This record gives sequence, structure tokens and C-alpha cells, in this order.
Amino acid sequence: MFNRDRWKEILEVLTSNWFRTLLTAFGVFWGIFILIILLAAGKGLENGIRVDFGDIATNTMFMWTRRTTKPYEGLPKDRRFEFKRSDVQSIRDNVPNLRFISPRNQLGGFSGGGNNVIRGLNAGAYNVYGDYPEIINQDPMTVTSGRFINYNDIEQNRKVAVIGLGVKNELYDKGEEVLGTYIKIQGVNFMVVGTYKKNSSDGGEEAQKEIFVPFTAFSQAFNMGEVVGWMAITANDGHSISVLKDDIINLMKSNHKVHPEDTRAIGFFDLYQQYNRVESLFAGIRWIAIIVGTFVLISGIIGVSNIMLIVVKERTKEIGIRRALGESPWSIKKQILMESIFLTLISGMTGIIFGALAIYGINTLLDSVGPVDMFLNPSVSVKVVAGALSVLVIAGLLAGFLPANSAIRVRPIEALRTE
Amino acid sequence: MIEIKDLHKSYRMGSNSLHVLKGINFSVEDGELVAIMGSSGSGKSTLLNILGMLDVADSGSYHLDGVPIKDLSETKAAQYRNKFLGFIFQSFNLINYKNAIENVALPLYYQRIGRKERQEKALKYLERVGLKQWATHLPSELSGGQKQRVAIARAMAAEPKVLLADEPTGALDSTTSYEVMDLIQKINDEGNTILVVTHEEDIAHMCKRIVHLKDGVIVEDKMVEQVRAAQYVQ
Ligand SMILES: Nc1ncnc2c1ncn2[C@@H]1O[C@H](COP(=O)(O)OP(=O)(O)OP(=O)(O)O)[C@@H](O)[C@H]1O
Ligand SMILES: [Mg+2]
Repeated sequence: MFNRDRWKEILEVLTSNWFRTLLTAFGVFWGIFILIILLAAGKGLENGIRVDFGDIATNTMFMWTRRTTKPYEGLPKDRRFEFKRSDVQSIRDNVPNLRFISPRNQLGGFSGGGNNVIRGLNAGAYNVYGDYPEIINQDPMTVTSGRFINYNDIEQNRKVAVIGLGVKNELYDKGEEVLGTYIKIQGVNFMVVGTYKKNSSDGGEEAQKEIFVPFTAFSQAFNMGEVVGWMAITANDGHSISVLKDDIINLMKSNHKVHPEDTRAIGFFDLYQQYNRVESLFAGIRWIAIIVGTFVLISGIIGVSNIMLIVVKERTKEIGIRRALGESPWSIKKQILMESIFLTLISGMTGIIFGALAIYGINTLLDSVGPVDMFLNPSVSVKVVAGALSVLVIAGLLAGFLPANSAIRVRPIEALRTE
Repeated sequence: MIEIKDLHKSYRMGSNSLHVLKGINFSVEDGELVAIMGSSGSGKSTLLNILGMLDVADSGSYHLDGVPIKDLSETKAAQYRNKFLGFIFQSFNLINYKNAIENVALPLYYQRIGRKERQEKALKYLERVGLKQWATHLPSELSGGQKQRVAIARAMAAEPKVLLADEPTGALDSTTSYEVMDLIQKINDEGNTILVVTHEEDIAHMCKRIVHLKDGVIVEDKMVEQVRAAQYVQ
């Protein structure tokens, strides 16, 4: 099927009228080009927004306690209760497919109030968190100097702290050494071992004004005992936190003797659900790109089909001669189909290449002007390219179908008679 | 070699029907060189096209080398044309973007003969018609006589049982016509069966038998003393 003579013939036919071939090719080229660019732009928007969500964080929920609203097992309603460290182990033992379970405690923020951190003459009001090392995966941040909290800190109750750049700017002079210095959090000295910066664009300035200390040291320093203020829980890839959420909350209800139907006793925030809303927006954008691209592509295919029809008409006599010499109708059909596929594929691949170059150009430009809001690294996947190529082959087949049939519909004797 | 009985053919044009062949009975033996003559519109080409399986008769029978030619699918017809028949047309019908040797090799390609063997054979036949040096020339670079010789080489290349020529000299001047007839005679001398449709008496007399067609029937069928074309050449 793919012998040298066929290829030679395809090239001979397509190069016999360069201008027309190029004009035809342009239709398909343009369709694929538009498709690639639109998909890449959609992806760029998606990447840009996804960064704001952080990456693993999207499969994360936060959970805290409130007052009960129903009496249960002899306990009154309006009862306060608190998560305990044992709850963390209990979740770990009973709910599978969870990746991180981070118990957290917090000073400032919700509890509000004035300055809680002092360094020398400087003071400020910051959110202070007692955390496990995993929190950096759930609440993504970049450590800009020193290090983050580690398990040695946890096990040895070390009073160390990682501070945000906002905290550093307020408590330290410009150029002053930060690592190894001490800050006083509600009267307790913590040594600064690292600084961080959050890339998250929501949260703004406040997100840079946080202090992270080991969970254990926090509990000890601020007399939290076994209490866990709230938890950040992330599910494994391939499992949705929205699904696992019910198991976790039910487990907590039974641990704390909360009425199973008390929906308000445990508060939660499911990032995944929020994220899904945005996801469906992305899917919408993808569909628009595909539909627009497909329409442009279809017009390209019609162009190819049209030109092939004209070519076939022009070659009627030649086809008559070939048939007189004994070429089978199927062989003629195959020849025309292959010409059509070849033309479509070549112009489509050129479209893909130019699309890729354009994307590369845009990326270079983006790199040089710095990050743009809600737009990052536009790209198309190999899967999309492979898909586009197979669509092209099918498109070429469709485009060649009509002309190929018309080529063999004329009887050889009539074909020979045409001038 | 060719055996036709009571062959009828009419063309329908709208409501009218034109009865072109009205019962042709005719046979050709192996190695014959037959001229088919008749006035314009007498049905010569129609007959030749039916013999060439490019067209089908309405009724009657046709056997080629003992094989009944009837109700052939297009694919089968193409196969038979390729194996049994060689065509020579008045207007040469070379493929203009293929050079001489590629044109000659074309029927061999349809027989799925390998590239190398195809080239060798095509060159051999080009040599037979005296155009070996012109192998890589395009038809547009050849004279009318040369084109017809390439067409003859092409018709011969597949080594068919019968050569069918529809006014092979119709587009050529008399000198060139004789050259072509000389070639056809030589091919016939080697035992090939050839049918030549022609208007011209002198060309017809270079064959061995003349069949006269008039109003769709054969009115005369006679053997003639062959005039050798070679004497007019050079
Ligand atoms: N496809 C066709 N449709 C309708 N009529 C046709 C067709 N082909 C041929 N005819 C008619 O059939 C008759 C015989 O045609 P044919 O071509 O066989 O004549 P011919 O003997 O070869 O003539 P010429 O010497 O001019 O080539 C003519 O009257 C012609 O008009
Ligand atoms: Mg005729």
C-alpha cells in the first residue's frame, strides 16, 4: 500500500499545481492551528488559576468543632467539645486513602486581639500556628531561607518558628540576620529557623504574616494539653476528599458522642468542592476550543474535498487511460484517498508545528515579562496532538471519499472520451 | 482468438435510441492483422471498445481466447484488460506527467511486477520501438510519431493476447503513419493478433484482412495481399 510508486504519484499530483495545493492546505492548517492555540490558551488559564489553589491542596478539607445542636445519650445540646490528639490517630486507623492528616492549633486570627509577638522594640499581631511538617503540602509555601518545621522539632518539643516575609519585614530591620534570632510569642521565646513566602495570590498580605511552630511545642507553651483546634485532611490521589469527608465526620461524631444527625456540630470547608466548580469552567473552555477548532477544521476539510473533486475532474481522462491499461477501481480510489489523507495530514502537522511554535513564543514572552495574573504556561498535551493527528487522518479519509467515488463512477469509455 | 456472435449495441439518448451495432458475427484467428473500415459513425469504435471491454454489448456473445466475456465486474474487467489486451489510441493517450519509460511500465505496475523488472521490461519494449534514448523524456518532448510508438510499446509491455488500435495513424502525417504501420506489421510478424480501425485505404491494405462495416453490420470481409510499409519508410 505504501510503496514508492504510490508516493511518487501522490507527490507528482500535489506538486503539479503548487498554488492550489498550498491554498487548500491552508484551510486545514488554519483549523488545526486555531484548535491548538485555543486549547493552549484554555490550558494557560487553567494553569494560572490552578496555581492559586496550590496543587495537592485541591483535594483537602478543613474541619473544626462547634456547639452541638441536638441532645444525645444524656448529653445536652449547646455543648462545647474539642478534637483531641487521639482523634488524629483514630482517623488514621479507621478511614483509609488519606494522604495527610494535620492537626493544627492557632493563636491570633479567629481568637483576634492585639499584638501577640514581640521582638525587642518591635511588636505585631500575627496568626501563629502549631503544625506538623506535612502542612507545607496542604498550605503550599516556599521556604525562602533556613528550613521548615521537621519531625525532630516535633519529637523534641523544640521551640522553633518559621516566619512569613511579612513578619520579617515588620519585626526586623532591612538586611538584619533573621535565622537564629528569637521572637517572643505570648511571652514564650521561639528561635526563628526559617522564612517563607506564599505564592498564593488569594490571602494577599495576610498570608505572608503567619508564624509556624511545631505542634508539640505550641501545645506545651500555650497549655493546649491534648486539644486539637482544627484539622487539615488531604485524600490520596485518585480519591476524593468530598467522598471521604462523610466517613471522617461520622467518626468524629461517634468519638465525641454527637447525635448522628447533628449536621452543625462539626464545621468543615471542602476545597475540592470549590475546586470542582472551577474545574467545570475549565471543561467548558476546553469544549469551546474544541468546537470552534472543529468548525474551522471542517471548513478546511470541505476545502480539501472540493479541490480533490476538481483534481479528479481534471484527471478524468488520465483515470480512463489507467483503467484501460488495467488499473482496478479500488486502486484508483485508494490513490485518491491517500492523496487526500496526505494533503490533510501534512497541512495539519504544519498547523500543529506552527501552533507549537506560537505557544513557545508566548511562553518565552511570558517568561520575559514576568508572571501574568491568571495565565501560566499555555500548552497542549501529547495526547491532544495525537488526537488531532488521528482526527486528521479520518478527516482526510472523509475529504477524499466523495472525490474517490466520483473518480470511479465514470465508466472508462466515457472517461477516455473526455478532452 | 476472438469470437463474437450476433452482437447488438444501441445508445440511448433521452427517449431516442440509436442502434449502432445490428448483429455482428465475426471471428479472428491467432496471429491475424485485421483492418476494420467503414464510414464515420458506422460503429467501428463502438465495436472495438466492446472488444476491449471498455464498453458492453446489449446482446450477443463474445469469447476471447475461449473465455466468455460477460457480466464482468469493473475489477474483473480491469484485470482482463490488463492481461489480455493492449490499446493504441488515435490521440496516443500517454500520461503527460510521466516520462516514456514510466508510461510503458504502467500496465506492468498493475500486474504487481517488481520495480526493477518493470523498468527492464519497459526499456526492452522502448528499444523495440526504437526509442531507448528517449526513455526519460516526457510526452510533451516527443513528436506525434514518437508518442504513438511509446503508446505501442506500452500496449505491448504487458504481452497481451490482442492489440486493439483505434485509428493509430489518424493524427499522423503519411510518412509517420507508415513508420507506425511498419512497426505494427513487425509486431504482427512475431505472431501477435492485431485489430486496426482505420479510414485510410492504404493503411487498411497494410493489414492482411479488411472488414467493412456499414450501418451496423459487416458488409464485406476479405483477405488482402499485405502491402509492406517498410518500402515507404526512409
Ligand atoms: N456514448 C455515446 N452516446 C451516444 N451515441 C454514441 C456514443 N458513442 C457513439 N455514439 C454514436 O454511435 C455511432 C457510432 O459511433 P462510433 O464512434 O462507433 O463510430 P465510428 O465508426 O468510430 O466513427 P468515426 O470514424 O467517426 O470514429 C455514432 O453515430 C455516434 O454518434
Ligand atoms: Mg471512431
